[in-house]
Amino acid sequence: MTTEISQETILSRTSWLKRLTNGLRILYASPATAVGTTIFILFVLMALFGPMLAPYGFNEQIYTDARQPPSPTHWFGTDNLGRDVFSRVVLGARDILRLSGLGTILAVISGTTFGLVSGYWGGLFDEILMRIFDSLLAMPALLLALLLLGTLGPSENSVLVVILIVYTPIVARVVRSVVLSVKTRAFVEAARLQGESLGRILFREILPSVLPALTVEAALRFSYAIFLVASLGFLGVGVQPPNPNWGLMVSEARQNVSQLPWALYFPAGAIAVVVIGVNLMADGLKRILQAGD
Amino acid sequence: MKWNGRCIISESNNTLLSIRSLTIAYQHGNEWLEAVRDFSLDIGHGETVGLVGESGSGKSTVALAIMRYLGQGGRVVAGEVWLNGRNLLALSPTQMRHIWGRQLSMVPQDPLSSLNPSIRVGEQLAEALRHHMGMGQTTAAQRAVELLEMVRVPDPERVARSYPHQISGGMQQRVMIAMALGTEPQMLVLDEPTTNLDVTTQAAVLDLFRELIQRQNTAVLYVTHNLGVVARICNRVTVLYAGEQVEDAPTADLFRQPLHPYSQGLLDSVPQLGQHKSQASLQGISGHIPALGERPSGCVFAPRCTLAVDECYEKRPSWESLPNGRFVRCHRWAEIASGDISTRHPAQASTPPKPQPQSQPPLLTLDNVQVHFGLGRSLADTLARKPPAKVRAVDGISLTMQQGETIGLVGESGSGKTTLARAIIGLEPRTNGQMTFCQIPLPPTLSERTLETLRHLQYVFQNPEEALNPYLTIGETLRRPFITLLGYNRQQADTAVRHLLQQVKLPPHYADRLPHQLSGGEKQRIAIARAFATNPDLLIADEAVSALDVSVQAAILNLLAELQTERQNALLFISHDLAVVGYLADRIAVMYVGKLMELTETAVLLEPPYHPYTEALLSAVPITNPEVSQEHIRLEGDVPSQTNVPSGCPFHPRCPRYLGDICANQTPPWQTTRQGKQIFCHIPVDELQQIQKPVLREHHASEAHNG
Repeated sequence: MTTEISQETILSRTSWLKRLTNGLRILYASPATAVGTTIFILFVLMALFGPMLAPYGFNEQIYTDARQPPSPTHWFGTDNLGRDVFSRVVLGARDILRLSGLGTILAVISGTTFGLVSGYWGGLFDEILMRIFDSLLAMPALLLALLLLGTLGPSENSVLVVILIVYTPIVARVVRSVVLSVKTRAFVEAARLQGESLGRILFREILPSVLPALTVEAALRFSYAIFLVASLGFLGVGVQPPNPNWGLMVSEARQNVSQLPWALYFPAGAIAVVVIGVNLMADGLKRILQAGD
Repeated sequence: MKWNGRCIISESNNTLLSIRSLTIAYQHGNEWLEAVRDFSLDIGHGETVGLVGESGSGKSTVALAIMRYLGQGGRVVAGEVWLNGRNLLALSPTQMRHIWGRQLSMVPQDPLSSLNPSIRVGEQLAEALRHHMGMGQTTAAQRAVELLEMVRVPDPERVARSYPHQISGGMQQRVMIAMALGTEPQMLVLDEPTTNLDVTTQAAVLDLFRELIQRQNTAVLYVTHNLGVVARICNRVTVLYAGEQVEDAPTADLFRQPLHPYSQGLLDSVPQLGQHKSQASLQGISGHIPALGERPSGCVFAPRCTLAVDECYEKRPSWESLPNGRFVRCHRWAEIASGDISTRHPAQASTPPKPQPQSQPPLLTLDNVQVHFGLGRSLADTLARKPPAKVRAVDGISLTMQQGETIGLVGESGSGKTTLARAIIGLEPRTNGQMTFCQIPLPPTLSERTLETLRHLQYVFQNPEEALNPYLTIGETLRRPFITLLGYNRQQADTAVRHLLQQVKLPPHYADRLPHQLSGGEKQRIAIARAFATNPDLLIADEAVSALDVSVQAAILNLLAELQTERQNALLFISHDLAVVGYLADRIAVMYVGKLMELTETAVLLEPPYHPYTEALLSAVPITNPEVSQEHIRLEGDVPSQTNVPSGCPFHPRCPRYLGDICANQTPPWQTTRQGKQIFCHIPVDELQQIQKPVLREHHASEAHNG
C-alpha cells in the first residue's frame, strides 16, 4: 500500500511538473497572460522577501520626513505620520496575499468536498445543501462578510472564516456542475462495477476531471479574495491597525487625499494591479486548461 | 499537374459530374495537411456512385468540397469539379447560389442539426422551394405537403405544421430528403443519410431513394461506410482509404472480386448474415487508419497490408485503368486478379465454449423483469390528478442462460436492450421481477451486491471513448479490478496487468499510456481487458463494436470470441446488428419495445418460421453478398415510444401479418416451433411455416456464405 502511494505521487508529480512548465510556456505565449503571470509572480516574491526589500519598518516613523512627496529617499513618499509608503506597500503584500491565499485554499477545499459529495449523491442532501448555498449566494459578498465579521469580531481568523463562507458555495457550484456531467460517464460506472469505494470514486475517478475548471475558479476566487480582504480593511473590520493592510492604508489616507495623494494612490494601485494581474492569469489558465482537454 | 488514369477530359454526353485530380488539405497549426489526394470520379445522369471508406478516409471531405462547403480550415489545393461543363471550384459564391438547389443538393448525416429547430417543417421546405424554384407563397406551401407525401410521411399535413423536434429521426431524415429532392436537382450528394437510423427505417429510406432517383433520373454520390447499403443502392463504388482512392468498380464486380487488398479486407471484416464464429474467424485488417500527418509515402495501405512488398513502401502505386471500367491503385493487382495471391487465408475455426445442457443449473435466470421509469408530471397534470407517465423500457422479460453460453440480444433503438443489460449488471435498478445468478438471488442495485458477485458479472461499455478515465494511465485502470476484487497486492497486480495486455494483443508498455494516446480499437481492447480481468462467469457486452470502424470491429469480435474460448465464460452480447449478433451467439433473443419477440438457436435463425418482426428485420439488414437475394418486407412507421406501448402484441401496429383484433387486444402466447424456436405471436406456427418463405435465398449453390 505504501509503495502504491509513493509511486503514484511521484508519477503525478512528474506529470504535474511537466504540465506546470508547459502551462507557464503557454501562459507566456499570449502578451496579456504573460503580463498577468509576471505581476502575480512579482507580488508573491514581494510577499516572501518584503522585509529584505523594504528600507524601513512598516510602523517606523521618520518624524523629520513626514508628509513628503515621492523622492529618491522615499519612492512612494511618506504619510502624515512620517511612515514610508513604499515600505508599507511592500510589507503589506504579505498580509493580504497570505490571508486571501489561505482563505481561498480553505474555500476551495470545502467547496470541492461539498460539490463532489452533493453532485455525486444527489437527492435530498444535494437539494438541501444547494438551497442553503443559494441563500448565501443571494446576499452580496461584502454584506455577508460584514454581517459575519460583526458576529465574529474583527480578527485575522475571522477574515479567513469570512472568505471560507462567502466562497465555498461558489466553488461548490462549479465543482458540482462538473460532477453532474462526469458521474454518468461510463468510466465512473465502470469504477462502480469494479467495486471501488466512494472515496476513491470521488477523489481518484471524478476529481481529476474537475481540476481544470477548479483551477480556473480558484485563481478567480483568489483575485476576488484579495479585493475582499482589502475592502474589509478599508471598512475597518478586517486587519486592524497598525498592520499595513492596503485597504486600511487607503482608508487612512482618505482624509488627507488633497495634500498627500500618494499615500492613497500607491496602496490603491497595488490592489488594482494585483487583482488585474491574477485575473489575467486566470483567463490564461482557462484558455490553456480548456484547450488541453 | 500530374494526371493519372483517365486524365483526358472526355466529356461524354452522359457525364454530369466530373471530378479531376482533386486534392484537399486541412490546416493543422501552421501547416496544411493533405486529407484527400488526387481524387477523380465521373458520375453520369441517373447513376448512383458509392463513396466508401472508414472514418478518417476523407469521404465526407470530398462531399463537402463538391458542395463548396469546406470551411475556413479546409481548402482545395488542386483539381477541378465539373458539373454541366462548369468548374464549380472557379465559381463565385453568388454563382454557386444558382447551382445549389436546382443543379446540386445535399442530404447531410444528422438531420436534426440541419433543420432549424424554431421553424415549422413545412415552412422550411417551402422556403427552399420559394428560393430555388421561384414559387409563390401558397404554391410552395402546397408543394411542401406534396413532397412530404412523396417521401411517404404519414399524415403530411400534420408533419408540415410540426417543429423538427416533434417528429422522429426517421421522419426528420425524410424531411431532409424531401427538401433535397424538392428542387429536382440533377446531382445529389448524400452524406451517410441513413447511418443514424434503425435498420427497418433505413431499409424503407433506401427504397425511397432508389425509387425517387429513378423517377427523377438524378445522379447521386452516396457517401457511406456501410458496404451493405452500397450493395443495395449503388451502380458503382469508389473505395477511399486515408485520402487515397484505392479501387473503383461496378458494385457487383467489386463484391464478387475485390482487387485491392483493402477492399478485400473491408468486405471480409463484416460478418455475413448466417456466418458463425465456429465456422471461421473474421478476417479483419490489423492496425488502424493513419492520422492526417502520418500517412506513409509509398502506398498508404502498405503498413496494414499482408501482401505488401518492398516496392509498396517505396513507390506510390498509380491509378490503373482496367478493361471492364474498373480502376485500382495497387502494385500487385494483376497477381490478385489472377488469384495468385490473396489476403484471404484458409478459414480457421475457433472452438467456442459449448453451453452446458439445459438440464444443468442455469447461470442466470430472469423472471418477468421490468424496468419502468417515472416521468415528471407537469403542474396541470398533477392538478388534474393524472398519473405520471411511465416509460416501460423493459416490460417483462424472462430468460435463462447457461454456463458458457453466448446469447445475442438484438433490437432497434428503443427496444430496451441496453436498459435490460443495465438492470442485470445493477446500474439500473429493476422495478419488478426476479433474477438469480449462480442460483443466488441477484439484488437490484449495485450497493446491495457482494464483491464476489461483481467479480463474476462484468460489463463492456458501448463507447470506448467514455469507458476509460482520461486522467488515469492504462496500467492504473487495469490494476484496479485485481486490487479491489481479487485482493492482489501492487506487484501481483502489475504482473497480472502485463499478462492481460498480452492477451488483448497490446504491448506491455501501453500500461504507461493515457487513453488519449490510444486509437478507438485499442481503447476497446483495454475496456474488454478490464472486464475480463477478474475472470467473470458472465460478461455483458453492450454494443461493444458499434462505435468502431468495420476493420477494427472484426478484430474486436475475434478477440471476444478468442477470450471466451480461453475462459469459457458466458457472454450476453447486445447489438442492433443482426449479422454481428449471429456471428457470436449460440442463441438469439429479439427484443421489441421492452418485450422479447423471438428466442432462437442461431443455427436455425434463417429458417422459417420466424416471428413477423424477425422476418422484417432479416429482410431489412443490408447484405453484401451479390449471390443472395433478399425477401422484400418493409415496415410502416417507426418504433413506438416506450411511454405509449401498444396493447396486446406491441408489434401489432406495424405488423405486416396483422391478424385482427386479437393482436391488438390480447397478449400473444409463446409458441415453440419444430426447430425449437420460441415465438411470441398469435399466428399458429404451422400457418407461419406455410406463409413465410426463407428471407435469404442464394442464386447459386456454389459460393456458400450461409450455413
